[in-house]
This record gives sequence, structure tokens and C-alpha cells, in this order.
Amino acid sequence: MATSAILILAIPLLMFLFLGLTGKYMPHRYAGILGTLGMGITLILAYTVAFQYFFSGNPEFIDADGNRLQHIVFNYEWLNFYDNLSIHLGFLLDPISAMMLVVITTISFMVHLYSNGYMRDHHGVWETGFQRFYAFLSLFSFSMLGLVVATNIFQMYIFWELVGASSYLLIGFYYTKPSAVSASKKAFIVTRFADLGFLIGILVLSFYTGFFDFTALTSVPVDGLADTYSVSAGTAEGIRSIFENSAAPMFMGASVLTWALVLIFMGGMGKSAMMPLHIWLPDAMEGPTPVSALIHAATMVVAGVYLVARLFPLYLMETAALDIITVVGALTALYAAMVACTQIDIKRVLAFSTISQIAFMMVSLGVTRIDHSTALGHEVHEGLGYMASMFHLFTHAMFKALLFLGAGALIHAIGSNDYTAMHGLRKYMPVTHITFLVGCLAIAGIIPFAGFFSKDEILTACFGHSAVWAIWMALVAGLTAFYMFRLYFLIFWWKEHKIHEGHHAPHDQPWTMTLPLVILAVVSVIAGFVPFGSLVTWNGHPITGDGFLANLQNLNWGVAAMSLAIAVIAIIIATVMYKKENTIPEKMRAALPNLWRWCHHRFYWDELYQFITHRIIFGLVCRPIAWFDRHIIDGTMDALADVTNKTSCAIRGFQSGNVHMYVWIYLIGAVLLGAVTMICVL
Amino acid sequence: MLFQNILIYFVLIPLIMLGGVALSRNIKQIRAVAVIGSTALIALSVYLIYQWLNPTPEAAELAAAHDGMYHYASWKWFSAQGLNINLTVGVDGVSIAMLLLSSIILFTGSFASWTIQQPKAFFLWLILLSTGVFGFFITIDLFTMFMFYEVALIPMYLLIGVWGSGKKNYSAMKLTLMLMGGSAFLMLGLIGIYYHSSADGHYTWNLLEIAGNNSISTGWQYFLFPMTFVGFGVLGAMFPFHTWSPDGHASAPTAVSMLHAGVLMKLGGYGCFRVAMYLMPQAANDLAWIFLILTGISVVYGAFSACVQTDLKYINAYSSVSHCGLVLFAILMINTTAMTGAIMQMLSHGLMTALFFALIGMIYGRTHTRDITKMGGMMKIMPYLAVGYVIAGMASLGLPGLSGFVAEMTIFVGSFQQGMTDYLAGGGSLRLVFTVIACCSIVITAVYILRVVGKLLFGPVQDKHHLELTDATWWERLSTATLIICVAAIGCFPNFFENLIRDTFDPEIFRAIAMNF
Amino acid sequence: MEINALYYLIPSLIMFACGVYGFITRRNMIAMLISLELMLNSVDMNFVVFNRFLFPGQMEGMFFTLFAIAIAAAETALAIAIVVNVYRANNDIDVRDICKMKF
Repeated sequence: MATSAILILAIPLLMFLFLGLTGKYMPHRYAGILGTLGMGITLILAYTVAFQYFFSGNPEFIDADGNRLQHIVFNYEWLNFYDNLSIHLGFLLDPISAMMLVVITTISFMVHLYSNGYMRDHHGVWETGFQRFYAFLSLFSFSMLGLVVATNIFQMYIFWELVGASSYLLIGFYYTKPSAVSASKKAFIVTRFADLGFLIGILVLSFYTGFFDFTALTSVPVDGLADTYSVSAGTAEGIRSIFENSAAPMFMGASVLTWALVLIFMGGMGKSAMMPLHIWLPDAMEGPTPVSALIHAATMVVAGVYLVARLFPLYLMETAALDIITVVGALTALYAAMVACTQIDIKRVLAFSTISQIAFMMVSLGVTRIDHSTALGHEVHEGLGYMASMFHLFTHAMFKALLFLGAGALIHAIGSNDYTAMHGLRKYMPVTHITFLVGCLAIAGIIPFAGFFSKDEILTACFGHSAVWAIWMALVAGLTAFYMFRLYFLIFWWKEHKIHEGHHAPHDQPWTMTLPLVILAVVSVIAGFVPFGSLVTWNGHPITGDGFLANLQNLNWGVAAMSLAIAVIAIIIATVMYKKENTIPEKMRAALPNLWRWCHHRFYWDELYQFITHRIIFGLVCRPIAWFDRHIIDGTMDALADVTNKTSCAIRGFQSGNVHMYVWIYLIGAVLLGAVTMICVL
Repeated sequence: MLFQNILIYFVLIPLIMLGGVALSRNIKQIRAVAVIGSTALIALSVYLIYQWLNPTPEAAELAAAHDGMYHYASWKWFSAQGLNINLTVGVDGVSIAMLLLSSIILFTGSFASWTIQQPKAFFLWLILLSTGVFGFFITIDLFTMFMFYEVALIPMYLLIGVWGSGKKNYSAMKLTLMLMGGSAFLMLGLIGIYYHSSADGHYTWNLLEIAGNNSISTGWQYFLFPMTFVGFGVLGAMFPFHTWSPDGHASAPTAVSMLHAGVLMKLGGYGCFRVAMYLMPQAANDLAWIFLILTGISVVYGAFSACVQTDLKYINAYSSVSHCGLVLFAILMINTTAMTGAIMQMLSHGLMTALFFALIGMIYGRTHTRDITKMGGMMKIMPYLAVGYVIAGMASLGLPGLSGFVAEMTIFVGSFQQGMTDYLAGGGSLRLVFTVIACCSIVITAVYILRVVGKLLFGPVQDKHHLELTDATWWERLSTATLIICVAAIGCFPNFFENLIRDTFDPEIFRAIAMNF
Repeated sequence: MEINALYYLIPSLIMFACGVYGFITRRNMIAMLISLELMLNSVDMNFVVFNRFLFPGQMEGMFFTLFAIAIAAAETALAIAIVVNVYRANNDIDVRDICKMKF
């Protein structure tokens, strides 16, 4: 176990170093094969570890009552600060990390495989920097795996920064393109700003508690088993009482623990592109499409959700923090869904869709409470929201990666990101068409596709907390179905595809690209049946049975019927509007010009940030400071030198070099001195 | 007796190198002397670390008797009129770390000045400068320390004035005068310390004895502490005495920039805690707030200024102001963790800035411009140097796995701990507020680093002539690769270095820390 | 008539005054050097005289004079060398023209 755990992290890292250092001297094909092979081995190892964790029944992983435990596979001290506050690098195995191992390695492997086809043009010529691309992919996989298995919050922060850096490198992969460079810069700086909050949150939390370890913050050790812990609300309660009993429990009207948790959540907002820190994600689509699928749809962007889930027992103690998460999530979900309805670039549509879906996960975490509640007359299990969030994370990763890879296939075939250049592609690219449709159905939440189950459970959890948020989110779900089918119809239907003179007809891509699509489509169909309720819950205690139909049996049919109805209505509207070329969209736009304009311009967030950074930060802070330094501080120093200089100039006339003058001065001086002496003596 | 002490070789080897360079007939011999000598110095410092890790019982005993100073030895040098000037040597973890840093940077600096004009004179001055640096780090006698300090400063004038570029005369003069101004303060402070070094009239220059006597009255501490702290602080680029740094670095030749930013600025930080804070704990605690504000300003001020510069070296010089500000800032936290972080930051900044200046020098040597608006797309033209620049940038903005991260995080954790402790104990929130302000620098650093990286390395090629430029030569590769490996080594195995450093800041030895709790 | 110290000191004073006068008024460097020698010799004479009259049993004044004469010789040699070099550079030994070393 320990060996495979180490290897899961070591193989991608070594692959990065190897490809990074020697890739230049290696044929393109081998770099691709090597990277894919390395990821394949990691995939097998991760699957083995996850399978062992969930199904082996080992007492280190599941106790006699069927509660899943946290197990630390290894933990090395990396840096000691003081007392027992040190950063360890370790491997924590628990339901969510095991689930994330599966998600990351699956999507990463698919992307590695897919890129073999994507990163070369139609004539088989490889992209420049192909080896570098694989090195960066490996670096990203390593960082992301390290992030999810982190045993302590600082390890998470370390890998959090590393995924940020690999994301930077991959977004800026086409580094000669100025737009890619500025997008990568923007992504890094925005997330860095969020990480500042994360860092301060960590500092506050660790100062009060004296720990970085997740297990010390949220769990209790299991008797008789080394390195094994069980999640316990009691520990989190104890942490809260540490804060309450400290000398300064409140800060600016909120408890310090709330501050710490909200600051940590701020880090999550940055990585998970929650409003108002979402602006980097749409621009991040400048990166190669497989990268968007891996980093900006399936894995890195859910790190924020994962972070909240990881510290969830603490958040449960501070409902104020959870309320903030709910509000931020709900606003983001609606905002992103509205913007997605008006975008032209298909990757941007998917990007906003990702933001919206992650917001679903956030809301789902935000509405989870320990107390019992009901939704439309049915009892809601206490931890349903958490489970639903993780479930949605899992299914979303699969179908969103599918959609992105499908979009990649389209872009590769057409050579443009705009749907206006596509239209009517269904006949030319059947495999892409069918798999994309599967993805759309899954995200729209049509039974029995994966998205249906997870979204339904999120809505149920919302109903359990507050009907207002539930209806809000249900509407956003309807919008989701609408914009996804708008996209689908505009790409594959609308009007017949025009083939320009001298161009080949677009066609399906090589097997390296279609195989991942097919696999992910199959997964998107069946993922909904994974009995998450028995596998992943906030305290390890299963809330549903573990059969294949457990999710169907546990449905809250009232909520399900409602969400299904909304989705179907939305799809019908989309069909009417976009299946055949017509003027309804134009009329809609003309009817609501302001709404359309604001949505199309993403509510002018980018312009606002542009104004703040360029006008205020650069114009009113940096430049004045630089001027102040050059003219005031340095000017003072120069003035000092000038004064010295001027004084010496003024008195240098005495050093005329004229010997006679010196003698006269000497003589007069001597006489005067003699006279003075005489007077004194007399 | 003298030659049985290993530390004395840190001064002897550079002196022998001086002789060797003086006798050399051509550039090859000069290079050979520089490389062999600096390799020997690296070997010597590695051996010192080895001995530190596995001390013999006698060595450990000797160290225990001298406040943890290994290889302690003292030779009388000049004792007329009761002046008691000795050559007293001794090293602890911090000095060892600094010696290692200096020798590595001398090594890489030699390679970076492989094709310098008038090599003989250049290397003579460069090695004389490093003699001063090494001497400064091994001595624990205030007088000899000050002497070596001056030896390290003066050659800078000639090195910049003769081999520099741009307005080199102005910069050389400015740098030397400002640092000499600092020295004047420092000398006053040191003499003051000497005349209060003992209650019974047996004055001494020996650091350990002065600390042991603890006889400087609080009133005198209030006078002498600012003198020494500002004196060393000028070299540590403390706001508002930092303006020599942008001009000086911009005009200095590559190896001199490396040595200056990499090692010489560390003399400032090292002196601040070794002399000012160590000998005057009471004043350090009482007056820390003044300097905390100044250094706190340095941190963000330098970073903001760097955001709008267009000259590569200016950007880096302001970045140094920010990073070195963090060193002094952390030292003033008077807390074991933060001070350990400060020394880590010195190591990290030394290596990283040396790497930056080496790369800038190499790029400048090819393009003959340092204006980032006139360059672009270097990644396509000179991939090796560009990748090195990205790595240096990442280290600078604190990417985990490289040295900047561990240093900054140790500082932030320590400062925050101290800030919160102060705050909870009712001691005001100054430290806490400035810690949070200093944390903001990680974002600003990202802004200016990525701005440079984006403009200089990425994007389309700005100048068609640049397309004909070549990538790094083998000596340039060796120089930068060594630094990159060191940066990564600190970033990947920080615990080793932190353990090396931490003992120095044991509250039992460092009384200021004990007082602060 | 007893010969007292004044018989020696007055000529010495005259010599010194001549030297000062010459040094101030002459522009020729050689002449100035000669004036300088005059002053030096007058001082030497004073030493001898004072030694002879005030401390008859001791020889310090004599030794000092001998020493000063030797120094004066060396100094003159040096000065002449400088003058020669100045002449080579300027074709002139007027002291007013030698102000290149000012400031």
C-alpha cells in the first residue's frame, strides 16, 4: 500500500523531470507514449488503492459499524516551524481522497491519450513543444494528486500553489500568442490573490490550534490502529471551543474561526472560480483544449470544493461561513449560467458552464447542516448535501471532461472556437456528435445520465435547507439545460455545414481522440449509479445502501420530477429556438437588449478588474511610488551629495596651485598667530 | 596553532587566490585559479557542515563553552593601550550557511565573468572583495569584523566604476558613499559598544564576551542600537537608505551584481542580528517597532516600485529591496521561527538573485539592452536562459519546491505567531498588521515577476536582430545550473537548512528572544 | 669684545629674511629653491649657535644640523629633478605656469 501510494506521486514527478530534461532530445512520438504510459501506470495504481480502500474491508479503512475511516499511509516531516507545528508531506486516504484519485487519474489518462492526437495537425505534424506539453501535464498530475492526498493543510497549500503554477504553464503553452500569455498571467495572479486569503486563514487556524493536520482538526484516532482516524464532529467542536476560549474570540463582529474559515474559502473561491474571483477561468481557455478538460473543468477547479469538503466538520461548526458559501455559490451559479447563454466561443460556454456547476457543488456544501430536515414531505438525511456535492464533483468531472474533449475534437477539425464556423456538423463527425449529446444530456440532468442523480440530490439538499435557494438552483439547472442544448444545436444542427473550396470535409478524429470520448461517454451514462451514499459521506457513515440501484431507490421523487420537468422544458425551448435556422434568437436579443449585452460582456467584470488593476493599482499606487522613490528618496540623497559638492566648489579657490599665494597666506597666518600669542603672553 | 583552525583557511584561500591571479600570465590561468579556489572554498564549507553535523566530542565541548560557536579560537593582534584587538573566529549554523552561500556565489560568479575585459585586475578586486566577505562571516570580534566589512565594500567602487555599464561613475560613487555613510554610523556604534563592553574597565571587542558581560546600560543601548542597526541596514537595503541598490545593481557587471546582491547585502542582515540585536537585546525589543515600520514599508514599497520598472536590473534591484526588507522585517520579529526564516530568506534570496543577475547579464550581453519593452519572445531564441529565468522567477514569487517558498512561509508563520502573541497579550497589533501587509507582497511579487516573464520571454519576438542570437555557452550553463540546483535543494529539503540555522536563535543564547516572550 | 650669540643670530636673521623675500618675489623655480636653501641654512646656523651657547656640553644641535643638511641635500636633489621634469613638460620654469595640479 505504502509503495503504491508513493509511486502514485513519484511516477508523475519523475515523468515530469525526465520529459522536462530530456524531452528536447527525444522524438515527439516517444514523449507522448512515455507520458501516457506513465499516467497509465499511475491510473492502475490509483485504481488499486481506491479499490482497496473502498472494498477490501480492511479494518484500517472501515470499522465494524461500516464507517469509513481516514488512514495515513505515510507522513514525512518536511519542515518544522516550532514546537510540533511542522509541514509534513504525506498521503491521507479517506473517501474523498480515494474518490479524487480515481477522478484525477482517469481524466488525466484520458487527456494524455487524447493529446497524442490533438497536439498534431491534420498532416501529422507535431505541435512545437509537444514534449514540454507532456512534461507539464505530468507536473500537473503530480501536483493535483499531492493536493488531494494532503495530510495537512499546509501540504495542501504547497500543492495548491504547484497546481496553480502548472496551470500557468499550460495556459501559456502557446507562449508566442499574447492572448495566451496574458490569460496565463491573469489566472496566476487572480488565484494568487485568493491564496493570500488562504494563507492568512491557515496562519490564523494554525496559530490558535497549533496544528496543520487535518486529522487533528477534524477526527479522532481509532483505538488500536496506528495512523487511522475517524471523522468526528466532537473534534471540530473542540477546535471551536479553543477559539471561543482564546483571549480574542471575535474580530470585527465575527468570530475568529469564521474569519479563518472564510479566508480559507477565499482560496477555494480563487481556484474554483467563484464570483468575484472567476474572471481568470474563461480566459484560461486560451490553453490547449485537453488542458482545459483536465485542469479547468475536471480537476483543479474543483480543488476549492475539495478544500471546503476536507475541512467540512469545521465548517459545520460555523454556519455563518457555510451561509457565505451558499450565497457566493448561488450567485455564481446564476451569473455563470446567464453568461453562458450568450457566448459565441464554445470553450467559453463550457467554461461558464463549469463555473456554474462548481457553484452547484459549493451551494450543496453550503446548505448542509447537521440537524434533520425535510424536502417536499420527505426526510432529508443530515449529510446529504456533502454527499451530493462530492457526487456531483465526480459526475461533473466525467461529463465536463467529455464535453471539453468533444469541443477539442470540433476545434481540431474546424480550426476555430466559434460555433458560427461550425453548424450542422452531425453528419460529418458522428462519434463526436453522439458523445457530445451524451455529455449535454448528462449535464442537463436527464434520467438516467450521471448528472441527473447528482443534481437531483443537490436540489433535495437545498430543499432541506431553504426552499428559496432550492428554487433558485432549480432555475439555474433549467438554464443549464437550455444553454447546453443551445450550444449542441448550434454546433450540430442549425443549418447545413458549408465546406469551403479547397478544404477537406471535417471528419472524426483518430482513435487516440475518439477512444477517450467514447469511454467518458460510457462513464457519463453509468456514473450516476455509483452508490455514493454508501461510499463518500462527510463522517464516513453510509447514508444509503450500496447496491447498483441504491441511487434510484433513494430518490426523492418529488424533487426529481420537478428538476426533470424543468430540464425537459428548457431543452424543448432550446430545440425550438436553435434546431433550425430561424429568427427567434434575434428577436429575443432585440427584445432584451440590455440583458443580452450585459450577459454577453460577462457583466463587465473584466472591465472592472482592468480598471482596478491598471488605473488604480498601477496608476495610483505603483507609478507614484516609483516616482516618489526616484525623485523624493533618491532626490534627497542626491541633494546631500550636491550640497557637499557645492560647498567644496565654493572653497576650492584656496587651492589655486599658485605657490606664492600659499606662501603669502602662510606668512600672514604665521604673523597673525605670532601676534595672537604675543598678546596672550603679555 | 593558527593554521590548525579550519576557519582561517576561508581567508587564506582567497589570499592565495589573489597571489595566484597576480602571477597568472593569461586568462586561462586566471580562470583556473578562480575556479579551483572557489571550488576549494565550497569544499571547505561543505566539510564545515559535515563537521557541524558530526562534531567530535572536543569540538562539541569547545562549542558549548562558547555559546554554540564551533572552531572558536582567538589570537592577539594588537593590544597596546588596552585596545585588545584580537582575531577571534568562530562559526555557528548561520555563519556556516552564509559561508556556503558565499562560496557558491563566488564559484558561479567566476563562471559568469568568464570573458570579462582586463580579467586580471577584475579577478583581483573580486577576490579581494570575497576575502572581506569570508572574513566577515568567520570573525566574532567587532574590530576585525568591521575591518573585513570595509575590505568587502571598497573594491565595489572600482568593480562598478571600471567594468560597469551605463552611468557607472555616478552609480559607483553613490553606492560607495552611501555604504560608507552607513559605515560611519556603524563605526560610531561599534566604538560605543567597545567602551561599554565591560563594567570593570577590561574592554573587549569579542562578541561573545560582550554578550556575556551584558554591561551596556539601557540608555546607551537606545543610542547604540539604532547606530549599528542603521549602519548595517544601509547595506541590507532598508527603506529609506536603499537607493544605492537600483543604480548600483543596474551599472554593475554581472559577477559583481551577483556577489553584491547575493552575498554583500546579506552582510547587512547578518550584522543586524549578530551585532545590533545580539548585543543590545533590551533596545532591540524596545525599538524594534521603528524599524519594523521601515522594513515593513520596504517589503511592499520595493515590490510596488518593481511593478512599473522597464529595466530588467531595476526590476530585480527593487525586488531585492522587497526581499531583503523581508529579511530585516523577520529579524525584528525577535522570534526563533521568524529569525530562522530570515536566514533562510537570506540564503534563498542570495542564490535566487544571483541567478537572476547572472541571467540578466547573459541576456544583456547578447541583446545589449535591458529594456523589457524592446525585447520579447526570448523563449524561442534562447530557451535555456529563458527557462532559467522562469525558474528564478518562480523561486522569487515563492513556488513550493524552490527556495523562496520555504523562506517566506517560515517568516510568515513565525511573524504571525509573534504578532498574534503580542496582540493577545495586549502588546498592540503592530506586528500583526505588518505581517499581513508583508504577506500581501506574495501577490505583488507575482505581478511583477509574471509581467517580466510575459514581456521578456513570451510573446512575439520584438526585434528581428534578436533572432540571430545564440543560447547559453557551457560556462553560462554551468553557472546557472549550479544556482538552480541549489535553489531547488533548499526548496526540497528545507528541514536540513532550518535545523542548521535554528540553534543560533535559541532563546538561551539569544537574549533578545528570551526577553520577547 | 666678546663674541656673543647676537653676532651669529643677526646674520642668520638677515639670511632668513632674504630667503623669505626671495621665495615670495622670485618666479623662477631655481631661484625659489635657492631662497629655500637660504632659509634652511639660517635655521641650521641657529641650531648650532643655540647649542654652542645654551648647552655647551651637549651635541644635539650639531647632530640635528648635520641631519638637516643631509635632508636638505636630498630635498634639493628631488626638487631639481621635479624642476627638470617641469621644464621638459612646459619649456618653462615659471612657477605661475605650474597650476595643473590645482583643485
